[in-house]
Order: sequence, then C-alpha cells, then structure tokens
Amino acid sequence: MHFNLTAEQQLLSDTVQRFLAKAYAFEARQKIVKSKEGWSREIWAQLAEMGLLALQVPEAQGGMAPAAVETLLTMTAMGKALLVEPYLASAILATALIRDLGSAGQQEALLPAMAAGEKIAVPAHGERGARYDLSRVATTAARQGQGWALRGKKTVVIHAEAADLLLVSARTGGGLDDAAGISLFLVPRDATGLRLTGYRTVDGQRAADVELAGVAVPADALLGAEGQAFLALQAAFDLGVAALCADAVGSLQATLDATIDYTKTRKQFGVPIAKFQALQHRMADMLIHVEQARSMSYLAAMKAASGDARDRRRTVSAAKVVVGQACRHVAQQAVQLHGGMGVTDELAVSHHFKRLLGFELSLGDTEHHLEQFVAANAARPA
Amino acid sequence: MDLSFTPAEQAFRQEVASFLEKELPPAIRRKVLDGLHVSPQDTVQWQKILHRKGWGGPNWAKEFGGTGWDPVRQYIFEEESAAAGAPRLLPFGLKMVGPVIQRFGNAAQQQRHLPRILAADDWWCQGYSEPGAGSDLASLKTRAERRGDHYVVNGQKTWITLAQHANWIFCLVRTDPAAKPQAGISFLLIDMKTPGVEVRPITMLDEGHEVNEVWFEDVVVPVENLVGEENKGWTYAKFLLGHERTNIAGIGSSKRELARLKRVAAQETKHGRPLDQDPFFAARLAQVEIELMALEITNLRVLSAEAERRAPGPEASLLKIKGTEIQQALSELMVLAVGPSGLPFRREALDGAFAGPALEPPYAAPLAATYCNLRKASIYGGSNEIQKNIITQMILGL
Repeated sequence: MHFNLTAEQQLLSDTVQRFLAKAYAFEARQKIVKSKEGWSREIWAQLAEMGLLALQVPEAQGGMAPAAVETLLTMTAMGKALLVEPYLASAILATALIRDLGSAGQQEALLPAMAAGEKIAVPAHGERGARYDLSRVATTAARQGQGWALRGKKTVVIHAEAADLLLVSARTGGGLDDAAGISLFLVPRDATGLRLTGYRTVDGQRAADVELAGVAVPADALLGAEGQAFLALQAAFDLGVAALCADAVGSLQATLDATIDYTKTRKQFGVPIAKFQALQHRMADMLIHVEQARSMSYLAAMKAASGDARDRRRTVSAAKVVVGQACRHVAQQAVQLHGGMGVTDELAVSHHFKRLLGFELSLGDTEHHLEQFVAANAARPA
Repeated sequence: MDLSFTPAEQAFRQEVASFLEKELPPAIRRKVLDGLHVSPQDTVQWQKILHRKGWGGPNWAKEFGGTGWDPVRQYIFEEESAAAGAPRLLPFGLKMVGPVIQRFGNAAQQQRHLPRILAADDWWCQGYSEPGAGSDLASLKTRAERRGDHYVVNGQKTWITLAQHANWIFCLVRTDPAAKPQAGISFLLIDMKTPGVEVRPITMLDEGHEVNEVWFEDVVVPVENLVGEENKGWTYAKFLLGHERTNIAGIGSSKRELARLKRVAAQETKHGRPLDQDPFFAARLAQVEIELMALEITNLRVLSAEAERRAPGPEASLLKIKGTEIQQALSELMVLAVGPSGLPFRREALDGAFAGPALEPPYAAPLAATYCNLRKASIYGGSNEIQKNIITQMILGL
C-alpha cells in the first residue's frame, strides 16, 4: 500500500503539466474556446506526440493500457488547465470501446491512427429521455441489404463535430430499457443521412445533437457482437467516470489555489480578507472537500479497469458522489469568496465554476450515482 | 501507487484477526458490538491480554516495549480490533503521556512509568482543560510553585475523562506567571493519591459519568515528576496533541458502527418494508458510507506520508474533523432508524450485566444515549473549529 509514483509516472506528470502551463495558459485557452472549431488541432497533435492519446491503447497497438495512474495524472493536469480538446471522448471512451469490442481488423485500422492523433472517434450514446440510464436506447438499427440502417436521435454528443467516426449505439433487439439488444456501430461523421446540430457546452467544450435518418452502414461497421454492447459500454463509462473525477480534482485544486491567492491579496478594512476567520474556515472546508475528492479519484482510478463489475461500479459511483459534492461546494464557495470578481468572465475561477458544473452533468450526476451505489450494495454477495 | 495491502501486510492482518478470534473475551466482544458500556475492568483485562502477547504498545517503538509497527500496521491493528469488537485502548497512557515521556522524559521517568502503562498497572488521565482555558489552552491558571525539591500545585482542571478510575494525572501547570502565556507552562506528573487532589464527577447529557473536575489544593509534587524542562511544557503539549490525533479518524470503529447500522436498518420496517430498502433512508446511509470510503483513503495517504517523515502532520486535523462528523452521523442515523423505539431511556440497560426486563427491540437500548454522548467528538481533542484554524495556518498558510 503506497501512494508513490514511479520515476516514469512522475516524469509524465511533470511533462504534461509543464506543457499545459506553457501552451494552455488561461488566455491561450480562452482563445481556443472562442475559435471557430472551439478546440485546437495543434494541441491535439502535441498530446499525441507526448504519447497521451495512447494511454488506453493496448500494447499490441503501440499503447500503454491500462495505464491507470498515467491516466489519472494526465486527467488531473488537464482539469487544472481546463482543457477542451476531445481527450475524454476520443482517447478514453471511444478508444476503450474499440479496444474492448473491436475485431482485430477494426483495432488495427483505428487504434494506432487515434493514438497518433490522425483520427478522432467519439461515442454517440445519450438520448433525450434517457437521462443517465445507460440501457435506455431508442435509436434503432435495422438490417438493410448486407448492412444496417440507423434511425434515431442522439443528444449532447461531446465533440461530434471534431470526430471522424461516431460510435453510435442502436437497438438491434430488446425493449427500450433492456441491456440486451444494444449494438454499437462505427459511423463516419459525414455519412449520408447524418445531421449534426453543433453548439458549445457550458464548460467550453463542443458538442452536437445528432440525427440519424436511415443512415446506411456496411456489415463491418458493427463493433462487437450484435446486441452485446451494453457491458462494454458500462465498463467504458465507468472508466470515463474515473477519468472525469481525476479531471475534476485538477480543476478543484486550481479553484482552491486561486481562492487562497485572491483572499491573500484582496484588502478590505485595511487587511487581506484572508485574515477573516469566517472566510478561513470556509477555505478549510474547501480543502477537506478537495482532499476527500482526491482520495476518491485515486480509488476510482485503481478500480476503473477491474473485471469485478459490481465492485468497480460501486467504487466509481462512490467517487462521483464525493467528487460531485466537492465540485458543488468548492465552486460555489470560490465564486463567493472572489466577490464581484468571481461573477465576471475575466478570471479563471468562473470558468472552473462552469467546468465543475459540467462535471456534475456528465456521465451521471451525484444523485444518479448515489442511487447506483445503493443498487450495487444491494447486489452485493452476502 | 498501489492501494492494495502488500502480502506481508495481509498476512499481518490475518495474524491480528486470528489472535482476536482466539483471545478477545466473548463477553467484552458482545458489549462492544452491541454498543453497550465497556467497564474499566474490561479495558484493563484487554490491555493485559495484549501486553502478554507483546502487543501492549501498538504505537510505541520497540526500545520502550512497543511493537515497533509502522503506521500502516498500526492502522490494520486498529481496524481489525474495532471490527472484532475489541474495546478501545486507553489513549491517556499509550497515545498521550507515553510518547511525551519517551521523547522528553528522563531515564528514571521512562523506567518508572512506561512498563506500567503497557501492563495496565497505571491508569492515566489528562489534566489540560480548565474552566477558563478550553480552546484557548495557553490561558490556563493552575499554579505550581517551586519550593525546594517539590512543587505546590493549586487550581482546577476540568473535563478529565475517566479520572474516577485514574491513579496518575499528567498536567499542564503554570510555573512562571510573569512570562507570556505559552512560555510559563510546565508538564507535571501527579499521583492522584497525593493529599489535596479531589475528583468531582460531572454528569453529561447522556446522564453518564465519563468526565470530572479535578481540584488541587496545596498538592505537593516532587520535582522529579517534572517532564523535560521547566516552562517548556507548551512544546510537549503540542507534541502530545499531534500524537493524540493519530488514528483520530476512527475508521475501524466507524466501519463497525456502519455494519451495526445496516443490521439495525435491515430489522426495522417502514411502510411494511425493511428500512434499508427505503430510498430516503438508503440514500442517507449510502452518503455516510461513501464519505467513510473516502476518509479511509485520505487516512491511508496521511499514514504513508507519516511513515516517510516520522511525525504526525497538520493533515491529522482534516481526519479529526471528517472522522468525528462521520461518527456523529452514524450515531444519529442509528437512533433515527429505530423511530419511536429510540425514546425509552434506560441507562442501566447499557450495562452488559443488566438483567432487568428487556424492551423490544433490544438493540435500540443504547442508541439515544450514544447519539447524545457522541456530541463530544467534535468538541474534544481540539474542537473542530480549532482544527480548522490549524488547517488555515499550517496547510493553507493564511
């Protein structure tokens, strides 16, 4: 039992942080968010160069999977820098799905190119009305000739516009809420009958609603066995939750640090406001939240790739609850302690505030995961 | 990073578990697991059993007769002991005055006192707080005047836990009234049987007799009972507080109480269904369970940092705040779980030997008293507000 990093892990963490501090300082980040594409291909290429897009790629394809600690460190550094590139969507979620479900041919065709930053793939799973239920899929895939025709609507598909490929979930059997009968398809973003309505999310990322009006894909677009994608989706999203928790911890720490710095410099009544006990104790509470969140980000990272699905789900849900509550508390207090400056667009703190809201609304909110935790406990072997 | 215990640590856990299985007297185990009162005799008996095994000083170095366990092994020991229903070891000797005597006491004091702490031959209590010196401990007024080869002590200490069983008390006393508050304090060991020492009970909100006032009237204390240097007591007091806070998170006992809460909730009903299946109750219970999971990892992080730098750091304040919040939340959910059955208040039923008519359900008997009793947790050992001051100064640098 130890919390030490290997020399390689420390080097990776230092390298990523140094790179982001230089290339992704707040002003540069704001410029990227406001650019036409809303993210930077240049940054993406550099992430590929550093090997970061290969963390979830199996060794056979030149990657580092499972790389639990490396993913944790990378995400925490990215959260601190408020990175908006499609790292979670492509390098973690889609990479894990292709890795876990894809045929040897599909893996070979996609994973090395994704690791090199040449191809981007993102999952297109969520639907209006499903909220955070992973098994509620109304989109259908019907056999058509040798292939399939996909019909339905996917909502808030993170970085759909940036993607070369969408990993579209569609029902090939079962009822609306059944885990069985969900299949995944590789769909080119520019496929005929596929329409994107793009927008910016509250935390500065790009996303789109995706309409599939009878999109025809060939037989080999099917990822994994027909109707059997649910468990892999669940595993990939658990991995995603763990990564997202690590990302949030980076943002939380940056938010706390900014608040401490601000209260030390801002003077009222002739003294720095950090001297007021009413404020000090709030910052002590913020620290406790941040450290509890950090602990759970470690635990989730260690369990995120576990084959024991019940234990894995229980742990990542517990992590999402602790981190979610930390996000709410720390973000709200940070804005409050920054006073008027906290509610401007000018300082990083308000952008962290929005990032932390984005965290809460992504991959299941606190209430959802509290419910999942209770369900996992109830399913516990006696 | 590796959050699993090493094979050696797992083997150690197994060794502790089998020892507890074999040696922990069933009557004591029952009391602890049911949340009933553990008697002073139970506590002494268990300490003596541990001492025979060579485990009397789980947090002490080998040179003083301790186990020499690293912080992780100490944690495993506490966790297994709590889960098995072993009584809490008395902290006053083992975690408070013991480490001070080891670090600052002279050889004679070490030889005289340390073996008797391990063997439970002495029962120590802590003379820190006074009516006018709680969180502001340095304003204490109990006076020790040097007269030749002894001190004469006059004053009043309060909130002295279990002083009614103690034969020794370690005290912070003022030896230089002219100096600044922190600079004029000394650390004295006082035999409770000395003429002029009087113990007066304080009844608490759970109607229990756990704490006391201790009065000193012209109490003669030989100078050889001064620990370290005169007027340096504040340094030793701070050192002691750091050690007192190791394992302050109480992870092991909270896990045990969580398991008890789950047993209670499974036997209670709401709308004809087991209470643990009620979504509102299940959510509140899950919330505490999840916070405990997080605190366990935070605790292990602090322990492994301590293992490297060999001294408890300010992070212990975080553990104290969160740990006591969890203990209080569990005790609150426990009494809420039994509903109106939490109202009957029969202190005699908390005694393991109680033979009177039992009320249904028997597990409800201690719950209200325990909830009341545990309000102390966020107040003692440096109130949680004081802990936040420590975090503010030592970690945040404000």
